[in-house]
Amino acid sequence: MSSPSSIPPKILIVVPCFNEEAAIAAVVTDINRVKAKHELMLDVLAVNDCSTDNTLTVLQTLNCLYLDLPVNLGIGGAMQTGYRYAWRNGYDIAVQMDGDGQHPAQELMTILQPIMDSRADVVIGSRFLTKEGFQSSAMRRLGINYFRWLNRTLVGQTIYDSTSGFRAFNRRTLAVVNKYYPDEYPEPEAIVQFGLSNLKMLEVPVQMRERQGGVSSINNGQAIYYMLKVTLGSLFVYARLHRKKMPNMT
Amino acid sequence: MESLSVTIQLISLLGATLFMIMIFRLIVQGRLREEYSIVWIFCTVILIFFSIWRKGLEKISLLLGVYYPPSLIFLAAIFAIIVFLVHLSVVNSKLQNQIKDLSQEMAYLKKEVQTLRENSQKAPEPVTAS
Repeated sequence: MSSPSSIPPKILIVVPCFNEEAAIAAVVTDINRVKAKHELMLDVLAVNDCSTDNTLTVLQTLNCLYLDLPVNLGIGGAMQTGYRYAWRNGYDIAVQMDGDGQHPAQELMTILQPIMDSRADVVIGSRFLTKEGFQSSAMRRLGINYFRWLNRTLVGQTIYDSTSGFRAFNRRTLAVVNKYYPDEYPEPEAIVQFGLSNLKMLEVPVQMRERQGGVSSINNGQAIYYMLKVTLGSLFVYARLHRKKMPNMT
Repeated sequence: MESLSVTIQLISLLGATLFMIMIFRLIVQGRLREEYSIVWIFCTVILIFFSIWRKGLEKISLLLGVYYPPSLIFLAAIFAIIVFLVHLSVVNSKLQNQIKDLSQEMAYLKKEVQTLRENSQKAPEPVTAS
């Protein structure tokens, strides 16, 4: 699919929000600034995942689209809500950017460019390609190393920062995500899903910041559950898609 | 020995019948869907069957080489319970998926309604103004 460069792609930035009243305004303002600077055809869609604070009230005052989920679906469900919206409304590119300010809007073009040039179906912003910016805690890096090994074994492609939520998808990827997207802790599992759906993944170096507000969706107590859930999820996605992939290869 | 057996036979027959009545009532009241009741009706029929045919359990146990007939009951019951629990987990997962899809649909509709409302407020109101 080679689109002429004269038609600018329609971009949707999906910002999942769960109790992000402190940080969300700055995130949306930053994105809108980048939009004005690069003259992008871009909409910001905040997905309020049943926040218990004033996130919704804050969203109503901001210059962005927003969806208000009636039930808390978790990060995966909230993200799929955004991706399905993008798919139905004919957006060419969808980008995930966290509502806590970890993903700086200045890096948006880094993530978008490979898709605009049709060099990849999925672009993942990575903290680890150049060791700059916020690098996450030691415990977390250990987990990330494990997921890297898991993904390499299952997909055969090395994604260094498999838990990174700073991602851009093209329409081909949106079609896959529209059908299925993992519910809980979706990032590492989605990589296996994309790899086996024959999508081309590309990792680009970005600098991330420490969260500007809110709390992480994973604390230490949940870390073990996280590892187990993601391992199982990845293995089952592999089992499901691997069989489908076989007839195509022969 | 024989009198005790008759008493327990009556009790189990009564229990199974009451259970059957309870299941039927739940279905009639619409509180239990038919597809989930099939398992329960099936279990009750088996219970009633063995309540009436007392020697049956012993005969089947001997046939299968189980020397202590009651243990066959436990085996069968535990197996049935596990199968049913898995079935419930499957139903639960299906429901969770449906709830997710519905909430997403609802979020889109809420947004749609809001956009429509805003547009109608912006436009002059020639129809409603009397």
